[in-house]
Amino acid sequence: MKTQIDPNKYEKVFEKTDGLKNVKTHYCPGCGHGVVHRITMEIVKELDIQHKTIGIAPVGCSVFAYYYMNVDMQQAAHGRACAVATGIKRMLPDHYVFTYQGDGDLAAIGTAETIHACSRGENITIIFINNAIYGMTGGQMAPTTILGQKSSTSPEGRNPQRDGMPINMSEIVALLPGTVYVERVAVNKPGRVRKAKKAILKGFKAQALKKGTSFIEVVSNCNTNWKMTPVEANKWIDDVLLKQYPLGVFKDETGL
Amino acid sequence: MGEKLLMKGNYALAEAAIRAGCEGYFAYPITPQSEVGEYMSVHMPENGRVFLQAESEVAAINMLYGAAGAGFKVMTSSSSPGISLMTEGISYIAGAELPCVIVNVNRGGPGLGTIQPSQGDYFQSTKGGGHGDYRLIVLAPSSVQEIADLTYLAFDLAWKYRNPALILMDGALGQMMEKVEFKPYNEPERDISWATRGKTPDRDTNFITSLWIKPEEMEQVNLRLQAKYKEIEKNEVRYDAYNIEDAELIIVAFGLSARIASKSMNLLREKGYKVGLIKPITLWPYPYKILEKLANNERVKGFFVTELNSGQMVEDVKLGVNGRKPVGFYGRMGGMIYSPEEIVENIIPFCEEIGLKA
Repeated sequence: MKTQIDPNKYEKVFEKTDGLKNVKTHYCPGCGHGVVHRITMEIVKELDIQHKTIGIAPVGCSVFAYYYMNVDMQQAAHGRACAVATGIKRMLPDHYVFTYQGDGDLAAIGTAETIHACSRGENITIIFINNAIYGMTGGQMAPTTILGQKSSTSPEGRNPQRDGMPINMSEIVALLPGTVYVERVAVNKPGRVRKAKKAILKGFKAQALKKGTSFIEVVSNCNTNWKMTPVEANKWIDDVLLKQYPLGVFKDETGL
Repeated sequence: MGEKLLMKGNYALAEAAIRAGCEGYFAYPITPQSEVGEYMSVHMPENGRVFLQAESEVAAINMLYGAAGAGFKVMTSSSSPGISLMTEGISYIAGAELPCVIVNVNRGGPGLGTIQPSQGDYFQSTKGGGHGDYRLIVLAPSSVQEIADLTYLAFDLAWKYRNPALILMDGALGQMMEKVEFKPYNEPERDISWATRGKTPDRDTNFITSLWIKPEEMEQVNLRLQAKYKEIEKNEVRYDAYNIEDAELIIVAFGLSARIASKSMNLLREKGYKVGLIKPITLWPYPYKILEKLANNERVKGFFVTELNSGQMVEDVKLGVNGRKPVGFYGRMGGMIYSPEEIVENIIPFCEEIGLKA
């Protein structure tokens, strides 16, 4: 028999934001994308900017973000999200424009577009999901793959002689005068998710200041391609990944 | 009548785009079209429009994608190697059905080539260029006046069909100074209900994409695109015809070559040859039908194609003629330009071959 729940007896502590569409996502169980989608769209609703927000979906696992996020969106060619966002923001300077990109998109094929959007100080928010691997194509090495990390194209572990060193994007873009706010966060623990939301919120608020680019790197997981359980993956972030990608604010000139 | 101005082709192009209501221009400098960007950098902001010099052609075409996807009238311009860099983005723009104008001031190739004029990008422009089954509307001006007129038309056709329109000219047209008169521009009504300007409560989200992962859906998108292309082929073919009423030989040439070939036509007529000229204005959709009609005319004994490449448009002429009459060809490559006399020298042996006498 189905249990009947009396809503009056309970306090509502969580509600799915209608900033997200009422559909199932294609993300793997345990993946961080769902969390970052949710907090981003909660922010859009809380700031009451749904009617003037335009998102850019990348190529990668989050390519279908426009089916999940309840805002107008454009799907960009691989790596070109920051250029597409620039085109929109220049035409609509009072709208809120954000990109949502993975490490292959932002830190490999799209490095030039990323660096130059940050260098020009485009008033956009860049949400960079760093899970240290290529998820969609099946677990190949990313520019962010750490030394020794196994992937399907570095099966013996990333070897600096052959594969080069991992790239730390937050540290790089923080050096550019065009960025106004750069923070690296993670979403592997509830407290960190709350911090990540605060960071993305500040990123969106920074757009109204028109003082430059806000860049939030989210260290996330890919338990499927890391070949771990979600719990193991979230632990590995703490034990290993954050040593390469330390959390924190690299730059904050927002005054917020 | 408007004022007649003496203007460089590249400046006339930029001015025409502004008069056609271009709201955003994104590009990267490259010879021989850098004057377009220089002009836009001054006159777009003066008119409250957006000018941005991108970090690359790759970025420029994607800025165009974003701005077009937000429902704005936008343009970029480049020259051959830059257009090659843009082709990925052009395929996405065609796939997402975004209206925009792209200008290629063609220079000699392949590779870095030369900065001198060429028509070597005919295949790239008319047969796709990037990946997938798509078409660009391709317009080929042959004078500074036509650059101005066809810039208006390029915006209108791009918006009428939500399809990228390409203006294919060459370095000589871009650099030459001629008189030009800017006609009054009448803005057609534009529907931007599909654009990403922010979701309002009365509608679902708009999204711009060229991704349809299910093959059943992707095929439907392709069928819709092909139906649109058929419609464009039906409605938008444009060409100029000179002296075809009594012509026994038809020269076919576009752009700068048509200018030179029209002089060759007159020289040949002075010698007693009955020569006409077909100048395609739309390179896609291509004016096959007039060629077919002329090929079916008993009086016409042959066709002669002249273009500044190794023989690219000649393939389309052969498709139109469809084996009914012989088709001759003469071209120069690598930035070299023929003189009218040089074309005449090469046409006369062809005339003899096909039994055509003065």
